[in-house]
Amino acid sequence: MSVVTDTPDSVEAPDFPVPTGREEAWRFTPLARMRGLHGEAATNPVAPRVTIDAAPEVSVEIVAASDPRVTRRLTPLDRPSALAMAGAPESIVVSIASEVVASRPTVIRITGVGADRTSYGHVIIDAAPFSNSVVVLEHVGSASYSANVEVRVGDCAQVQLVSVQDWDDDTVHLGRQHAVIGRDAKFRSFVATFGGNLVRLVPTVDYVGSGGDAELLGVFFSDAGQHLEHRSLIDHSAPHCRSNVLYKGALRGDPSAGEAGIARSVWIGDVLIRAGAIGTETYELNRNLVLTEAARADSVPNLEIETGEIVGAGHASATGRFDDEQLFYLMSRGIPADVATRLVVRGFFSDVISRLGLPEWEDRLSSLIDSELGLEIVEGADDDSGHTG
Amino acid sequence: MATLEIRDLHVTVETDGAPREILRGVDLTVRAGETHAIMGPNGSGKSTLAYSIAGHPKYTVTGGTVTLDGEDVLAMSVDARARAGIFLAMQYPVEVPGVSVSNFLRTSVTAIRGEAPKLRNWIKEMRTAMDALSMDPAFAERNVNEGFSGGEKKRHEILQMELLRPKIAVLDETDSGLDIDALKVVSEGVNRVAATGEVGTLLITHYTRILRYIRPDFVHVFVDGRIVAEGGAELADQLEAQGYDVYVKAAASA
Repeated sequence: MSVVTDTPDSVEAPDFPVPTGREEAWRFTPLARMRGLHGEAATNPVAPRVTIDAAPEVSVEIVAASDPRVTRRLTPLDRPSALAMAGAPESIVVSIASEVVASRPTVIRITGVGADRTSYGHVIIDAAPFSNSVVVLEHVGSASYSANVEVRVGDCAQVQLVSVQDWDDDTVHLGRQHAVIGRDAKFRSFVATFGGNLVRLVPTVDYVGSGGDAELLGVFFSDAGQHLEHRSLIDHSAPHCRSNVLYKGALRGDPSAGEAGIARSVWIGDVLIRAGAIGTETYELNRNLVLTEAARADSVPNLEIETGEIVGAGHASATGRFDDEQLFYLMSRGIPADVATRLVVRGFFSDVISRLGLPEWEDRLSSLIDSELGLEIVEGADDDSGHTG
Repeated sequence: MATLEIRDLHVTVETDGAPREILRGVDLTVRAGETHAIMGPNGSGKSTLAYSIAGHPKYTVTGGTVTLDGEDVLAMSVDARARAGIFLAMQYPVEVPGVSVSNFLRTSVTAIRGEAPKLRNWIKEMRTAMDALSMDPAFAERNVNEGFSGGEKKRHEILQMELLRPKIAVLDETDSGLDIDALKVVSEGVNRVAATGEVGTLLITHYTRILRYIRPDFVHVFVDGRIVAEGGAELADQLEAQGYDVYVKAAASA
């Protein structure tokens, strides 16, 4: 049985049975902590609070579920996605007109309305041909939130979607982030997950023309009690397309806290190259850095190739412990242990974060990493230098 | 003037679950302005001495003292030892992915000096030091020790020594794996630092070759975890001619 193609062609939640945890797609996820987001439809779902700071060239509207633009929607991949699609009270529609180049990122801040109520979200990003834009979804607060994000990247358009999960500790967030990539279009997804009790994101990519390019980047930091799961699925059906997946995660559990202290992460990278997808070039990589005991990282790349006429396909995955020899080396140069740890961990993430290309958000992510390390270091080494590490 | 005093130092390392004694009573005094060479065969414990002075957690001190100007070095954390003025140039410097040489050096210099150097002065200082070691400026943007050749790693170690200006510099087999050109460049760096008269150098080596470029004031022969013979530079010449056999046999029959 194919791991990546056994998806029903359905948009209705009842067509997806309630997951039991035995399914391949759910076997890593602690269903008991999902607050029923995978079970029955919420009776009174609400929308999250939304704050919009759009680039002047970009239109962002909040529209009712009945709006005609919302009916042209994605095919849910699983039951939570279908429930959220059917039940989202409103949709955020981001439109970038043809040939428009946005002068700055469009930032949409999504704030939870409390963990005790179910909220459903829906975001559509519609990038017309030859446009170029960056959209940031910043998730904060407390929530029991399930959402679908749809990105349509028109021919020759470029979209970078940044999704930052800076949730409070009690949040559950299930999210599908689906991109449909046009001919010669470029899409980059950058996922940064730090907060939340349970976060399970499913970035998926379809190509509808040749020459499309998808880059899926991610950083995550799981600490005691967190379950952070990222499952990408790239479906190469068109010829001469590229995909590149790079996810890096750090785990820092609390060995003294028993089961509750375990830091957990799951990365699944599914890539399917269909028979017609000649000339495909794909590579995926996941690296995890385990900082303490009481941490568990699962990392599973899956590559299915139905044609031999490809440029290249590969994957790599590794999970390693924090290297005490690195710590000794840095400390033997006078650098205190906390600063040395920060250097090593920042260094570990740097090749992903530096690809974001948004200095303000790169700094933000770096300071989120520092706070995950429990470090508040006041020192002068970085204040006036263009720090490169 | 700085003085490192090592008295009756005993050190064990855990191997296969049992402690094994590597250093078996080392006595050594290194003063600023002096260059000491510690020479010995493989497995004699030379590197253990270097790492014990720097405070590597793998080694357990079971007896003896190490002091720097009377301060108890063994009571200090690894970083505190460095800030007190001890520097170890490692035989196998560690890669730190994603951390640039310039960021690393500046963070280190800031920790050692207690304040961040002014950026403009710092860049000039770093460039000058790199130039003296025939290092390309682009080197500063590479990740620490990642993909460095053997020679680049050792130059990078000596670069750190020049910038950190320690009181006591321990060079652990800095000469191993270097071609003759790199050896000359590295030796010049060591001699530049020694010429200030402000640093005591402890040069640990297996070969006499480096002693053609760095003239030691004192040579100590290290066998089986202790110093078994001492002399001036002429002792190195004798070792070059005769090797360690006579000392190894003497230690074995002792």
